[in-house]
Amino acid sequence: MSEANILDPPLDPPQAAPPTAHAGAHDDAPHGFWSTYFFSTDHKHIAKQYLLTGLCMAVIGGLLAHVMRMHLAFPDRAVPGFGEVPAGTYNALITMHGTIMIFFVAMPVLLGGFGNFLIPLMIGARDMAFPRLNMMSYWTFLVSCVILIGSFFVPGGASPAGWTAYPPLSANVAYSGAAWGVPLWIAAVALEFVAFLMGGINFITTAINLRAPGMKMFDLPMMVWMQLVASVIFLFSVGPLVAGAVLLLLDRVAGTGFYNPGAGGDPLLYQHLFWFFGHPEVYVILLPGLGIVAEILPVFARKPLFGYRMVVYATLATGVLSFIVWAHHQFVSGIDPRLASAFSITTILISVPVAITMFAFVATLWKGAIELKAAMLFAIGMVGVFFWGGVTGIINGSAAADIYVHDTYFVVAHFHYALIPPVFFSLFAGIYYWYPKMFGRRLNETLGKIHFWGTFLFVNVTFMPMFGLGLRGYPRRTYDPRVFAHLGDLHPLQLAATLGTIGLLLSQIPFVINFFGSLKWGAVAGKNPWRANTLEWSVPSPPGHGNFDGTPVVYRGPYEYSLPGGDADWLPQDLAPGRTP
Amino acid sequence: MSRAAAHAAATRRDDVIRSTGISTGRLAIWWFLGSEIVIFGGLIVCYVLFRLRHPEWGALARHTVTPAGAFNTLVLLTSSLFMVLAHAAVEHGDLKRASRHMLGTIALGGVFLGVKAFEYGHEMSMGFTPVSGLFWSFYYALTGLHALHVTGGLFAILAVRQMVARRSDTHRVELVGIYWHFVDVVWIFLFPLLYLSN
Repeated sequence: MSEANILDPPLDPPQAAPPTAHAGAHDDAPHGFWSTYFFSTDHKHIAKQYLLTGLCMAVIGGLLAHVMRMHLAFPDRAVPGFGEVPAGTYNALITMHGTIMIFFVAMPVLLGGFGNFLIPLMIGARDMAFPRLNMMSYWTFLVSCVILIGSFFVPGGASPAGWTAYPPLSANVAYSGAAWGVPLWIAAVALEFVAFLMGGINFITTAINLRAPGMKMFDLPMMVWMQLVASVIFLFSVGPLVAGAVLLLLDRVAGTGFYNPGAGGDPLLYQHLFWFFGHPEVYVILLPGLGIVAEILPVFARKPLFGYRMVVYATLATGVLSFIVWAHHQFVSGIDPRLASAFSITTILISVPVAITMFAFVATLWKGAIELKAAMLFAIGMVGVFFWGGVTGIINGSAAADIYVHDTYFVVAHFHYALIPPVFFSLFAGIYYWYPKMFGRRLNETLGKIHFWGTFLFVNVTFMPMFGLGLRGYPRRTYDPRVFAHLGDLHPLQLAATLGTIGLLLSQIPFVINFFGSLKWGAVAGKNPWRANTLEWSVPSPPGHGNFDGTPVVYRGPYEYSLPGGDADWLPQDLAPGRTP
Repeated sequence: MSRAAAHAAATRRDDVIRSTGISTGRLAIWWFLGSEIVIFGGLIVCYVLFRLRHPEWGALARHTVTPAGAFNTLVLLTSSLFMVLAHAAVEHGDLKRASRHMLGTIALGGVFLGVKAFEYGHEMSMGFTPVSGLFWSFYYALTGLHALHVTGGLFAILAVRQMVARRSDTHRVELVGIYWHFVDVVWIFLFPLLYLSN
């Protein structure tokens, strides 16, 4: 580990040196294949490792969904390429799809990938505060991925206990039959938490302590704020679930009875511990997704982000409120109605700061010089699709309404509309936007637009029918609808959702071609292809080891576009006053 | 080179003033403790909620060996004192003394684990195992998790002691000390909750 890596730029601001062609090249760069590509401590390499691992897991998670959808559309036939889907396997598919998408796609991609890549670059730091801890975080995460995927192949198969792993289903082998699957699931998720705790501490200390001279907290790009708040939420919410998982593991392997009413325990205890983490987790995922959108909208609208400070305060408020909404997942678990009302109120309250952020995004677009690049399409698409997730969240958050739709496809539609925008729309927006910085080449815009319109269309074809299914009482996690006579006439909606899934998966093909093809054939990007203000665009693409040649000095906030009286419509954060870009 | 100057050279890296004016290591260890507090906090709250529902657990708590627990409280507090002395010694550039004090912490940490092992053995011989009811499940889970943290802390102090011997990264004495005090504080909560509330 080189010491220079964790050295912060000195406090005295030196004169901003004009960037040179080989800016960022440093003597302390590691040499050799293994130390560069595998055991690298460079935040940019770790970011790419996280990103690619997360994308691979997304492929697996997507294919699992495909098998489920095919089974639901054609329950009397084997799924092509997979075979018969027995009930136990179906439950394992549900469990693993949820677990993979939340813990092994959303978090590694949004936090591990974009957070790692952008935080040091955006604040003018040479690397994360703890580069070796950063590397350890990735390798711990990779081990957890291997354990999780490995659990498919053990006797009894992968965990069928749902991504929430409620006891008694998860605590008693007799109920699920997965003697190995459930303990492996707990181990994989626990390791993943350890990885993201290491990452989270790194993110927080880096973001608040390694800022370039002149960069005040209110000069931070919104992405850094969102990553910071998301990391703090994660750090303070995951502990009770770690405790809960320890108790679950003890119930499972040692025979204690923490969650077993027969032994004096209480299964509701687990639900509280799980959702005390599980709901803040939604914001751990949502906030970085919003951060990506907040970076992209001003650049392609050539306007400042509307209400920067208000969005920061709204983000902080979201973070605080996210800790007191969890029991809205338990409205049908025998909760006291007075308590349910309290949680309904907090839940509806949290939509206020989130709505403020969304309106700020819309206001940013208002009268902007909008350029509909693929990145911008996905960013706007994120706001548009998330609308449905947010609005239906208010229905689910009101205890009285939730009791009616709880555990139906309405909820399935709701959380996919709430999670697909920050996870996939933001992910794609971020890749179209930062790919040039990551790999030095641009992605093809035409393929990007095909990718967007396909994804946008088929997300709605897949999930919009599920609102209808749910409102008409179709229970989620139904293995075989043929046993419920009243579900028969709802089958066309299930069929539509399955066709949507197939379309959605096929829509990703242009992206895969684009991603790998552009590595070789993409147009060379240059330092700042989008004429953006934030610091990552002031260094070469891709940036060298150590990021900055010298220390950048920050003179202004991140979103100074189209200011009146200026010659250019942008003002980079590190541009000395009086100079033009 | 004087001892103080050598020390200054060794810790210069961490003395660079950061955006907040707080060293990055110290900041990180406090955030780390934040995450630890909610783990123990979650478990302790679970225990307290059950305990309030079960006044009869007081009778069970009488079977814990209170004198041993009290002795262990004293041992752990004293080990924390040694840690403070080690940090003070580092501040004065006296690395030899710091190293000696850390040895004191490690020895007392070992005594704590030994006493705890004796207690476990005693309780199990009386038939109180982790599966003999929810009180004992909580007792073993809470003290076991704490003992794991003590063990981890001992290894961390041992590693930092090696660094001090090599005169490198001596600022980590303070960091590992902060962690050790945390382990100490957790025990201060566990002792009355599990032993004394009978």
